[in-house]
Amino acid sequence: MNSLYYQKKLSRNVGDKFFTSLSVFCAFIAILPLIFVVTYILIKGGAQINSDLFTLEPNPPGDDLDAGGINPALIGTLIITTIASIIAIPVGVGGGIYLAEYSKGGPFSKFIRFGVNVLAGVPSIIAGVFIYALIVSTKILFGSMYSGFAGGMALSILMLPTVIKTTDEGLKLVPNELRYASLGIGASMYTTILKITLPSAFRSIATGVVLGIARAAGETAPLIFTALFSYYYIVGFEDLFYEMGSLAVLIYNFALEPYDAQNKLAWAASFILVISILSVNIFSRILAAFTEKTKRV
Amino acid sequence: MITNTKKSQKKNILSLEDVSISYGTFEAVKNVFCNFKRGDITSLIGPSGCGKSTVLRALNRMNDLIPNCSLKGTVLFDGTNIYDKRVDPVEVRRRIGMVFQQPNPFPKSIYENIAFGARINGFIGDMDQLVESSLRKAAVWSECKDKLNDSGYSLSGGQQQRLCIARTIAIEPEIILMDEPCSALDPISTLKIEETMHELKKNYTIIIVTHNMQQALRVSDMTAFFNAVEYEDGDGGKVGYLAEFDSTKKIFNSPKEKTTQEYISGKFG
Repeated sequence: MNSLYYQKKLSRNVGDKFFTSLSVFCAFIAILPLIFVVTYILIKGGAQINSDLFTLEPNPPGDDLDAGGINPALIGTLIITTIASIIAIPVGVGGGIYLAEYSKGGPFSKFIRFGVNVLAGVPSIIAGVFIYALIVSTKILFGSMYSGFAGGMALSILMLPTVIKTTDEGLKLVPNELRYASLGIGASMYTTILKITLPSAFRSIATGVVLGIARAAGETAPLIFTALFSYYYIVGFEDLFYEMGSLAVLIYNFALEPYDAQNKLAWAASFILVISILSVNIFSRILAAFTEKTKRV
Repeated sequence: MITNTKKSQKKNILSLEDVSISYGTFEAVKNVFCNFKRGDITSLIGPSGCGKSTVLRALNRMNDLIPNCSLKGTVLFDGTNIYDKRVDPVEVRRRIGMVFQQPNPFPKSIYENIAFGARINGFIGDMDQLVESSLRKAAVWSECKDKLNDSGYSLSGGQQQRLCIARTIAIEPEIILMDEPCSALDPISTLKIEETMHELKKNYTIIIVTHNMQQALRVSDMTAFFNAVEYEDGDGGKVGYLAEFDSTKKIFNSPKEKTTQEYISGKFG
């Protein structure tokens, strides 16, 4: 008869120990790149942070020592992401509402769901090339070619699937009883959605939107084809129709320059980009945690 | 509570004429003929899977919300077939309200829970008064009056269910459908809801699905007993039918059908 006490040498217990340590080891390896990348950027980029960075234009690459600041790229990223949000949020939330509330699982909604999943997997450069062909090369937008608008449109294509999916899933989490309650007292479908289901799902939708924005803000490839880059301050509305700088493209351009000053500027821009995306992600986590807590109040 | 004497003067408010309901190809209930009279409380009883909840949901077109659910036959409400193509289901549900099995208050304040329905129905008048009178009619006013701005979820299960009844009353429907309203509640809350139903009977027609035969006996004037039989082709599926429909007194004291007798005496269910 075996003893009831735990025996270390038993082969099943040895195997168990081995697999536990193996999986812990793999989990640790998986997190390493994140830790290295973030620390490296924080150290390299953090050293370059000063107040001029936020206010000055970048100087054209050359052998002068001062590279200037990244103000146009910072503002450009904000503007392009805002344009992308203005396009993607209404369309995405609207599409998500259709999928979750109106569609009855027919072929059309299956097709849309499939399409959204495919769109989520499309490489970001394809979105850039698509907008390039649609808007930049045709000069369809008031004769302008590369522009902040085109950049925003390219990024909105990348945001759309995230927004649609989170809206769809957020709405599906709302218990059906709530819908029945509202419909059962004679509310129409749209009153029910606007007044009952959307508010209940608001925070999970907001979380998805924030994550979509965070993804879009860091994209480089689509912007190279659409917004290109600019060294100059954004001063007025008409600047939206010209080339526009962005943090991601600035990093891409300046990291390849042979001059040290430009490289440092690229590090500083990386620092700011990583910090903002990280904080946006943390913000969405907090938002999600807040949702959990208040779900049943 | 059983008012057979008045029965003859009461008019039919809702009639089912040869109603069959299917989910996809699966037939849930077939060939139901049944008349509900104005001002009565009617219970629908029967074993699980006999389609009584399906029939109840068909009465205000809640089945529309279930994919693949289809209905054959006629449901006459005030002389109009509510399954006519020209009928707006939203309007039907405004006049035939529903209380569900699980208490499902909106994630809003108690006050807003009541006001929501009234507002979307174009209520013009003193909202405070409507909220108070609805809560009073549902016998939950004394528990709610000091915390009208608290969330509906702050109430206990029984109170939530009465809040849901108040919410339905606030839109002033003609018929209130209740789908096992007490199945999630404790006996004391159940008793309170039953008292509420007796109060409501003065102004409303109530149709209630219940698993609890004592409850049917306590609250209802009329009782419909649904049963399920296996398909004739014998593939094991069951289809529900209306086995017997009569005054509650007769159903429980001298049922005509043998299955009714067996069901109410607890031989199956």
